[in-house]
Parts: sequence; C-alpha cells; structure tokens
Amino acid sequence: MSGGALWAVVVAASVGCYLLKLAGLSVPAAWVQHPWVTRVVDVVPAALLAALVAVQALTAGTALVVDGRLAGLAVAALALALRAPFVVVLLLAGAAGALVNVLTG
Amino acid sequence: MTTAERAATLRDAIGLGLAVGLYGAAFGATAGAAGLSPWQAVVLSAVMFTGASQFALVGVLGAGGGGPAAIGSALLLGTRNTLYGVRLLPLLRPRGFLRRAGTAHWVIDETTALAVAAPDRRLARLAFLAGGAALYLTWNAATLAGVLGAAALGETARAALDAVVPAAFLALLWPRLRRGAPEAPVQRRVAAGGAAVALLLTPVVPPGVQVLAAAVAVLLAGRPRPAGGRA
Repeated sequence: MSGGALWAVVVAASVGCYLLKLAGLSVPAAWVQHPWVTRVVDVVPAALLAALVAVQALTAGTALVVDGRLAGLAVAALALALRAPFVVVLLLAGAAGALVNVLTG
Repeated sequence: MTTAERAATLRDAIGLGLAVGLYGAAFGATAGAAGLSPWQAVVLSAVMFTGASQFALVGVLGAGGGGPAAIGSALLLGTRNTLYGVRLLPLLRPRGFLRRAGTAHWVIDETTALAVAAPDRRLARLAFLAGGAALYLTWNAATLAGVLGAAALGETARAALDAVVPAAFLALLWPRLRRGAPEAPVQRRVAAGGAAVALLLTPVVPPGVQVLAAAVAVLLAGRPRPAGGRA
C-alpha cells in the first residue's frame, strides 16, 4: 500500500471511530439500546480479537504457517492463566519467539 | 464529596490511566512492524484513541490486508464505544456541542469503567477526566517510544516482536473469556468460532478479509437474555 493510501486508511478509520463515540453521546438511547444491538456489540470484540490472534499467530499471507509465533502465543496463554501482568506476558512471548528463531534459524 | 473521596478517586483514575497507557508501547511496536510510519502510529493514538480498534487496524494491515478490511475491523470494534457513550451521558452531561465533542474523544473501556464505578456524578466526572487525561498522555508517549523502538530492531528482535503481536491480541481478548467475566461461556464460544472462521478462510480470501468475516461468529452468541444482557 502506498504512503498516501495508508494515510487515507489511517484518517478514515480514526474519524469513523471518533464518530462512533460521538454518536453515543448524541443519539437517543432507545436507538442503540435494543437488546439485539447490545448483544452483538457485546460479543463482536471476542470474535474479531480471536480472529486476529489466530491470523497473527498462524498465517503468512494466504498460507497457514507454524513458527516461533505459536510458541510465543502458548507461553502468553500460560502467563495470562497465571495472572501475570501484561508487560510480563508480552516479554515472555517475545523471548519464546526469539528463542525458536535462534534454534531454527 | 469529601476531600478524601476526591483524593481516592484521583489516585485510582490516574493510576489506571498510567498503567494502561504504557500498553501503548506494544501498539507502537505492532504498528511499526506492520509498516506504518511513526507519524501514522501517533495519529492513530491521538485521533482514534481506542486500543482494540487501533490494534485491529494495524493487525489487518500487518497481515497484508487492504484498506476496507482494516477500516471495517476497526469500526466494528469501535461500536462498543457508542454504547459506552449512552451509559455515560446521564453521568457526565456535557453541555454544548464543544464539550460533547471533547468528551466523546475520551469515551473508551477504561474511562467508562472509572466513571460508572464512581459513587456520585461529580466524582464520575472527575474520574473520567483524570483517568482520560493520564491515559491519553501516557498512551501517546508510549506509542511513540514503541514505534521508534521497533524501527531500530535487528533480525532476532524482529522475530521476538512477531511473537509479541499475537500475544498482545490474546491479552486484549483474555479478560472477556476469564472465569467471572460477564457471560464468559458465550464469549468463549464466539471467540473459538471467530478464530476457526478466520483460519478456514485464510487460504481462500484476500488477507485481512478473514478477520472481518469472523464477525459472523456472533451468531453463536444466541438470543439476548430476557433482561437485555449486561446492563
């Protein structure tokens, strides 16, 4: 993607996200507090964030790839289950990824 | 409100803002790894200022995705801020268009949690403003540090960063799935469905589109509860 196109994406998404925030303070509550709307909004982050976890850990372009990223993810899951702070989770994941890269590189 | 209540509210709000804001370094590094310039990363943190959407945008771009899939993913994750605004309006009651427009910029997960948890309206407003300010400043400074740091990395450090990115998304997702979270079994079902849809579609759709398409997993959530789900 060219620099100009990338800027267009950055600006459009930023303005769009801001308008979603402004809408909440501006439109009648009844418009957005429909049970089905709140239901979807409540669970949509789980679907998208899980998809991003899978795509970031296991894909390269249109291929499925297993490498150090999956080791990092497994270590991160373990650290999160043990209630480690965010910074520790990320450092451990990075260390695992780097280790696999050194061992297999 | 008493002086002690005021001090406690300020302490909690600023503490949370500073702690969460540091996470901006992970965003900056992710943005750098995805090919964004330091300026683009900083504009996202300054103008978009909603973590999950920012991570999704650079995550889709980093996976080789196109603009529409990246923007669509960011907007879908941004919809919950609309619901937060609806809950905050009676607490904050911003008067006039300018105050409303300014308040809207800081309507995110953390500021909403702080304002809703405050014991009265004046403390809610204080918590929103103090937490928002601390988080905004730290988040932007940490973003800049992260994106500049990512640019200076060698090959092994890049491999480390590649492993940090999925872990960062998992850390964003985790609090929704953990035992005790509202409707954790539903959230887990939807998350598993979203990951499965994304992986199944990866070989057959343009990069990034599988992330947006994973939104169909919300169908696994089933009907809203009679009470209307989470208040």
